[in-house]
Amino acid sequence: MTSRLSAITLNTFREAVRDRVLYNLVLFVLLLVASAPVISQISIGMEKLMLVNLGLSSISLFGVIIAIFVGIGLVSKEIEKKTLYTILARPVRRWEFIAGKYLGLLLTLVVNAVLMTVGFYLALLVFIHGLHPADGMLLVAIYFIILQFMMMVAITLLFSTFSTPIFSAIFAFSLFVIGTFGNDLRNFAAMSNGATKWLATAAAYIMPNFASLNVISQVAHQQSVGGQLVLFNTVYALLYSVAVAAAAVLVFERRNLK
Amino acid sequence: MHALEIQGLAKDYAVGFWKKTSRTALKPLHLNVTHGETFGFLGPNGAGKTTTLKLLMGIIFPTSGTATILGRDIGDPEVKRKVGFLPEQPYFYDYLSAPELLDYYARLSGVPAGTRQSRIAELLERVGLRDVGNKQLRKFSKGMLQRVGIAQAIIHDPEIVFLDEPMSGLDPVGRHDVRELIQQLKDQGKTIFFSTHILSDAEALCDRVGVIHKGELRGVGVVNDFRSSVADKTEVIWLGAGALASVTDLVSDTHTTGDTVRGTVQSDNLDRLLEKLRQQRARLISVTPINQTLEDYFLAQTQEKEEEKEAVRS
Repeated sequence: MTSRLSAITLNTFREAVRDRVLYNLVLFVLLLVASAPVISQISIGMEKLMLVNLGLSSISLFGVIIAIFVGIGLVSKEIEKKTLYTILARPVRRWEFIAGKYLGLLLTLVVNAVLMTVGFYLALLVFIHGLHPADGMLLVAIYFIILQFMMMVAITLLFSTFSTPIFSAIFAFSLFVIGTFGNDLRNFAAMSNGATKWLATAAAYIMPNFASLNVISQVAHQQSVGGQLVLFNTVYALLYSVAVAAAAVLVFERRNLK
Repeated sequence: MHALEIQGLAKDYAVGFWKKTSRTALKPLHLNVTHGETFGFLGPNGAGKTTTLKLLMGIIFPTSGTATILGRDIGDPEVKRKVGFLPEQPYFYDYLSAPELLDYYARLSGVPAGTRQSRIAELLERVGLRDVGNKQLRKFSKGMLQRVGIAQAIIHDPEIVFLDEPMSGLDPVGRHDVRELIQQLKDQGKTIFFSTHILSDAEALCDRVGVIHKGELRGVGVVNDFRSSVADKTEVIWLGAGALASVTDLVSDTHTTGDTVRGTVQSDNLDRLLEKLRQQRARLISVTPINQTLEDYFLAQTQEKEEEKEAVRS
């Protein structure tokens, strides 16, 4: 099982690399370099705030875009091109295929995020001329971004098992936007009454909550992130991802591949 | 125990916007294939050949019926360790090279790491792709892809190989090469189940054939029986158009070109015809028994029921 899972994971990663997905790193570097003159015009203290916001937001956004646009084709492309036929004709369980695809894209995003993080810290060294011990909190923000990727990959993978790439992209992007305002949805549920409250509460639990994973502004202002939040977010992202990926497996297990 | 046992395997698809209409892709199919046998699954396009193979490979699920491969239910993934499959017009991960693709499939099939590379090299040599190096599959011709397809189907040295239209779309050289590869598998004693609509391929390679049409198995027969069947008609060609008038009651389907006459005679009447031609001093050119061919069998199986239906309608 491990061998098959790792083979599918690595092949998914290799596909992303050979399809030049990691070229977005060049765009990320260009963005940081091009923003340098703008940042240098801003007074001391704001420079870092700007750079941290720009760097971390870019790591998040680039990753989410890759998660959506690669994720929507993870299964549907294999069905459309019939490459799945030669996979399922082997001792590969359908859930192994889904899990391998999930891990492969997540690996791509983690590698991408790690390389971007290295670039981001280099930019801090170059433009801000040094690092502060509190900058370690930036890594917590990046860790939360990776948790966000875990959830987004599961969501796009689920859509990919039954929908066309275009609809999958629309659905996944909509969920990303809703999830970004997840706290607002919960506040709305808390303030509502009757059936609206019931519906809004249900939606708040079903929809991903990316808002609680976004601590970019907090760490940009050099505020610390509590260990409890780290634990809560880790458990939440894991449970949500496992539940959505399990739904993807359930759909795929029953699917006739025409 | 048979290598393949199919018991009432059937497939219906729900069609239409509300999925309320049912379309039958495969009527209950009963079929056995013995170990070491090369079985040809014949039928025109859309007959249900690919549906059957997809069902056997677990790509789609049956509406009813069961099947076993090497004694195990087709739903058991472990049976796939001993099964090879080449889909029709296969498409592979085109960003990979041939060795990378074979390595991927070998891992999925559980080929031990120690023997993987030597097995890949051996197979690339065998399918004539030794020199492709690290060229990506997107740069391969159709014929080369088909060779890669056969290599991936046998990378794990399966006991039974399923091939869906393996010669389809290939040029004559490609067809010849693929036919040779299948013959090699046959010589190794592998059980081969292959679908085709090209009868000459089936005739050259298969021990038995089954004819499927409109989702229904119309008949199963031994290929050698077609070849050796006693002819009930004979084609006779002679020189001497003048003799034709005296034998018109014996021959049919006559064609005259200059002084040469070609006609068909019932085998029972052959001696009488030859005697009369001698009497008329006609010069005999050839006497050829018309055997039933696989094509005749195929046409009979696919047309018979159509005619029956027409008769019912009229």
